[in-house]
Amino acid sequence: MYEFAYHKPSSVADAVKLLSADPEARPVAGGHTLLPALKHRLARPTALVDLSGIAELRGIRREGDKVVVGALARHAEVASSDVVKGAIPALARLAGTIGDVQVRNRGTIGGSVANNDPAADYPAAVLGLGATVVTDRRRIAADDFFTGMFTTALEPGEILVAIEFPVPEKAGYAKMKNPASRYVMTGAFVSRGPQGVRVAINGAGPCVFRQAEMEKALAANWSPDAVANIRQSPDGLNSDIHGSAEYRAHLVTVMAKRAVADAG
Amino acid sequence: MPQVTLTVNGKKHTVEVEPRTLLVELLREKLRLTGTHVGCDTSQCGACVVHINGDSVKSCTTLAVMCEGAEVTTIEGLASPDGTLHPMQEAFREYHALQCGFCTPGMVMSAIDLVRKNPQGLSEEEIRHGLEGNLCRCTGYHNIVKAIAAAQEVMHGRRKELARAAE
Repeated sequence: MYEFAYHKPSSVADAVKLLSADPEARPVAGGHTLLPALKHRLARPTALVDLSGIAELRGIRREGDKVVVGALARHAEVASSDVVKGAIPALARLAGTIGDVQVRNRGTIGGSVANNDPAADYPAAVLGLGATVVTDRRRIAADDFFTGMFTTALEPGEILVAIEFPVPEKAGYAKMKNPASRYVMTGAFVSRGPQGVRVAINGAGPCVFRQAEMEKALAANWSPDAVANIRQSPDGLNSDIHGSAEYRAHLVTVMAKRAVADAG
Repeated sequence: MPQVTLTVNGKKHTVEVEPRTLLVELLREKLRLTGTHVGCDTSQCGACVVHINGDSVKSCTTLAVMCEGAEVTTIEGLASPDGTLHPMQEAFREYHALQCGFCTPGMVMSAIDLVRKNPQGLSEEEIRHGLEGNLCRCTGYHNIVKAIAAAQEVMHGRRKELARAAE
């Protein structure tokens, strides 16, 4: 790792000030994506702004018809939260399958969503539930948040504070894991609720995306059979040593079917 | 240089560290607690697992400065001062759950966290899934799984003594 300075602010306002004053500074929460990147010298921040001491970023609570998850919530906390398990069990199950036990004890939902790794799990839930991303300065709809591979609508120095998930009637998630890295090869998060029927696909393309044809079919008939004959075009999907775009396109249908079955 | 104050195996330490110092480097190089190993250094193999405030974490992917005020337990902190092994360590010995021993400290630390958080008891399958973050290249895992299954009975007080391994 290259050298960097370290700051530990105790409020969102102080963190924003530190990040705005130095465009080369980076926020860190669990560090389970950032630290490996620093070790590989893929990034060279001048300073890390440690968000872990900011109380405003913590907590998981039910607010009316929404579940609000603070950005610092660790995957293990989301997986074991009674609030999440009661309102959106698919989200708790998803959190319980990220990485391994030790990764889940450190990695945070805010970090995962802000990083927008195409093979991450949480972006599928955020988009598939039609969640709202709350930052220090505004509210961003999931449909506007994920803008491309590892890129989001967040501005430099903007801090993700919480994610508001509308409570769905039904939701389910299924993924094919890369057997070595356990990252998502292709996953599908489906839901039916106040946001209508939503199907979000992760792992397959450079960025999580909605599958409109499947949404339409499920709106008419909520069953795995409804999506069984819908084919995803491989155009624009990821092709790498782990699988071709055609393979991932095939998995989109299989994972969507399993996700609907998971939702029940 | 920043200072970090943390408790390791019950003893308080204040150490000067560079911000880029990893927790495992602090443990091994500053405190000379070399029982915690570095295998892959990419948060995959689990040889570096320690407990921070009771949770198992990969100390190769944790900055030492981020552990201000933390309670850290390493493999050296498990046995009693008189040398009596922790039931998990005893089970690893009894069930021959190691060959070269390199992954063992991390395996034991992960296994203890897994058992503590599942007082209802773990099935063989649950133990195997719970070890997803720890790689062992010698044993094929069978004896590790048997050791954890036996240790949980003692840790949760369902047995006074460890069940002996079948001959």
